[in-house]
Amino acid sequence: MPAPLLKIEDLHVEFKVYEGVLRVLNGVQLIVNPGERVGLVGEAGCGKTTTMKCILQILPSPPSRTTEGRIFFNERDIRQMKAHEIQDVRGKGISMIFQDPTAALNPVFSIGDQLTTVIRCNSRTTLSKKGIHQRAITALREVQLPDPNRIFDGYPIQLSGGMRQRVCIAMALATEPELLIADEPTTSLDVTIQDQILRLLNELVDEHGTSVIFITHSLGVVREMADRVYVMYAGCIVEGAEKSELFSDPLHPYTRGLMSAVPKLTGGGIAEGIPGRIPDYLDPPSGCRFHPRCPYATEECKAERPELTRIRGSHEVACFAVERGEINAQ
Amino acid sequence: MPRLDNSIFKRRLEALRKGWYKFSKNPVSVVGLFFVLAVSFLAAFAPYIAPYPSHAGRFVNFAEASQPPSLRHICGTDVFGRDVLSRTFFGFRYSLMMGIVVLALVVPVGVILGLIAGYYRGTWIDTVIMRITDVFLAVPPLILALAVCSVLTPSVFHAMMAVSLMWWPWYTRLVYGLASSLRNEFFVQAAEVTGASKPHILFREILPNCVSSIFTKMSLDMGWVILIGSSLSFVGLGAQPPTPDLGTMVADGAKYLPDQWWIAIFPALAIMITVLGFNLLGDGFRDLFALEEI
Amino acid sequence: MSILRFLAKRLALSIFVLFGLSLLIFTISRVLPGDPVRMALGPRAPEWAVENMRAQMHLDKPLYAQYYYWLTAALHGDLGQSLFTRRPVMEDIKEFLPATCELALFAGIIMAIFGILLGAVSGRYSNTWIDNSVRVFSYIGVVTPSFVFAILFLLLFGYILRWFPTTGRLTAGIARPPVITGMVTLDALITGHFGALGNALWHMVLPAVSLALGGMAQEARITRSTISDNLRKDYIASAKGFGVPERLVTLKYLLKPSLIPTVSILGLDFASLLGNAFLVELIFNWPGFSRYGINAMLRKDLNAVAAVVMVLGVVFILVNILVDLIVAWLDPRIRLGAERGK
Repeated sequence: MPAPLLKIEDLHVEFKVYEGVLRVLNGVQLIVNPGERVGLVGEAGCGKTTTMKCILQILPSPPSRTTEGRIFFNERDIRQMKAHEIQDVRGKGISMIFQDPTAALNPVFSIGDQLTTVIRCNSRTTLSKKGIHQRAITALREVQLPDPNRIFDGYPIQLSGGMRQRVCIAMALATEPELLIADEPTTSLDVTIQDQILRLLNELVDEHGTSVIFITHSLGVVREMADRVYVMYAGCIVEGAEKSELFSDPLHPYTRGLMSAVPKLTGGGIAEGIPGRIPDYLDPPSGCRFHPRCPYATEECKAERPELTRIRGSHEVACFAVERGEINAQ
Repeated sequence: MPRLDNSIFKRRLEALRKGWYKFSKNPVSVVGLFFVLAVSFLAAFAPYIAPYPSHAGRFVNFAEASQPPSLRHICGTDVFGRDVLSRTFFGFRYSLMMGIVVLALVVPVGVILGLIAGYYRGTWIDTVIMRITDVFLAVPPLILALAVCSVLTPSVFHAMMAVSLMWWPWYTRLVYGLASSLRNEFFVQAAEVTGASKPHILFREILPNCVSSIFTKMSLDMGWVILIGSSLSFVGLGAQPPTPDLGTMVADGAKYLPDQWWIAIFPALAIMITVLGFNLLGDGFRDLFALEEI
Repeated sequence: MSILRFLAKRLALSIFVLFGLSLLIFTISRVLPGDPVRMALGPRAPEWAVENMRAQMHLDKPLYAQYYYWLTAALHGDLGQSLFTRRPVMEDIKEFLPATCELALFAGIIMAIFGILLGAVSGRYSNTWIDNSVRVFSYIGVVTPSFVFAILFLLLFGYILRWFPTTGRLTAGIARPPVITGMVTLDALITGHFGALGNALWHMVLPAVSLALGGMAQEARITRSTISDNLRKDYIASAKGFGVPERLVTLKYLLKPSLIPTVSILGLDFASLLGNAFLVELIFNWPGFSRYGINAMLRKDLNAVAAVVMVLGVVFILVNILVDLIVAWLDPRIRLGAERGK
């Protein structure tokens, strides 16, 4: 088996805010193999975006602080790298599409200005001004934007949400990254546009052969986009498996709740869902952070944090109830 | 329904208690509040606290003229032998009075005009009110206030009138901006649909949502008005000697610099502390209400 | 094209505002009590002389007629006679305005550059000792009246340390460069009198800095808060994430959007600077327009007061238009909003 492209081990991140310290990431652990498409699912606020920004070391600090953990990219720990080495990872190594394209584009520079800057900073060879311009236009054409020349001169406010996200995708791919992080790229868009964007992303990723981490809170989307899926809850990865296995045989109580929360056309009545809500990061639950909402919770769950353990194949889960055999694989 | 009133009262009390808790957690606002309270206390009880209350007015004692700070006169004495500390305490009275009177005159006028213009945005009422406001805002307020003072006999009262005349447009503009966006809110439209009267909509629906901004601006403006007032008296177009006004005292003392520095420096420091207090307090309110601009 | 339309609209509005201002200042100067002619001629002047002068100034006519005479004359560049200097006010203005322009410009430049610089550094390195010292400085700057700064500087650097001159625009004995613009520094620069240039700048330091500090503190505060807010924006994270070097991100992607609020309040800060010039010129004995204005006010020289206020109104309006243009240039959201006819 080849070495993983990205490997995160035991990542802890906290935010210092006015009220105290938010302990957001609590030992995140995940792997992305070369050429793989990994989905990351979880409720809003569970730390998906924080994990991704931490990989790129672009969390605003202060208030954030990475207290523990290793992030290996091509077997080198990003947290140990010097500034110029991180610089090389960003863009050429890993690039990221943000959830809200309106916030991710600088409002006071033209699309062309922002796109050419990104291309210039990431080109492996020195390009002429004209060459850069041409690459930018090609990138805009690749994401199927109409009239790329006009868009090149335009500003973000002149574009619709869907067009802005296409611009962001163009920028993210213009760096020719080995790993693309797509952070809920369709959440802020109209439903009709969402599908177009997803299809476009799929095509482009196929074409470029890029590895992908696809973040979403929608199981439907993950089904369409990923080979392997991680489920995240309150700053921890609780379960990871091949897509088909996860959907046919979810083990963690949280994953099971998530699945039953999806309304099915065939099923009668309202979905079951999970009682309670995501915990307060100022004072997170001890042990397994899911225990206050978990029907299987015991004293052990309150006292200790379960480690992500391999059950079979690549199916991993962090749950004492599974270890005890109270929840069984089918 | 007394039971309902009671619960509203309780909820308000609860909100107030929470607000105070948040406010008291912010060191900036607490320091500001401390300065403001200290200055207000000294001003209110000046006749009882000041070591030489009679020195506030037309008092002369050349035997003790121009003495440097000592235990007898902590901030020294001026050229007439008057205790600078005592006069400074009384000076706080004039500064605070300036701020309070000006704001009391200016805020109602400015706010009502702003509410009306904002609510009737796009009509001739808006145009008339806001263009008049523009005219007043076209010249730096200090200069217009100086011009108005110049045609009147200089006095504290006239200085207050002059500053008030120049200050209302700032409130009109602030409230105009708030009101013209608030009137599109659902709760205002709902009130309109149910046939609420115009005064009800303006004062019971829109105004309560502007209060935090107005309040914050008032706190910051206390400082600015005091600064402008002291500038007016500094050039001699405001309070006249022997009134113990801080600006006048700085102007008088400036003639005896650098040898008798205490005559000018202590009143100058007093102005700065007063303005600083209101500024910190205003910043605290701005943080508390999470206001972006003002 | 859209910028031109924007400009035309602003100018039209400005003309209206100036008309309103003229009405306001006329009302202030005529309706309020006091007999300016009697004041100018002194209490012992004979009654016929007072009557003569009153007729000459149209003060015997009804108010609306007085306003008409005053306005038509003003539009022809005749702002009346100064009751005190006994010269046409226009001539006084021509003589004194350049000195104030020079001082205000110099102070304005100091204010903008250092305010933005301090704020940017403080916001970029927020919660460090640099940030804390800038914040303390800002509070001192905001709460200290400029006349207090002026007095303190005069005392410390003028009288005690003797680093800077305390009065006037040039040291006696240094030849004034030929008058072209009336601004000594600019004239010296144009004609190549570098000795005079240095000397003039040296004279300007203390008054200009006392004028600039208040606004500088204000600008620094605004810039600091925008920079530290914008540092957390997604567009900064995304630019960094795309591999744009930190330095470029800071100098380009962070600085430009953060300048917009700062520049927007430059106009207001410049206004208070112009107001404070009235006091600072008096303290430094700067032979400028504001000192002329304050003296006119102290002597109830109404024609001069009205003219001074009008001229400052014009200056202030021009400054604001300039500020609006810079903001539109910085911010495409405003520029393009105007294009769509909003």
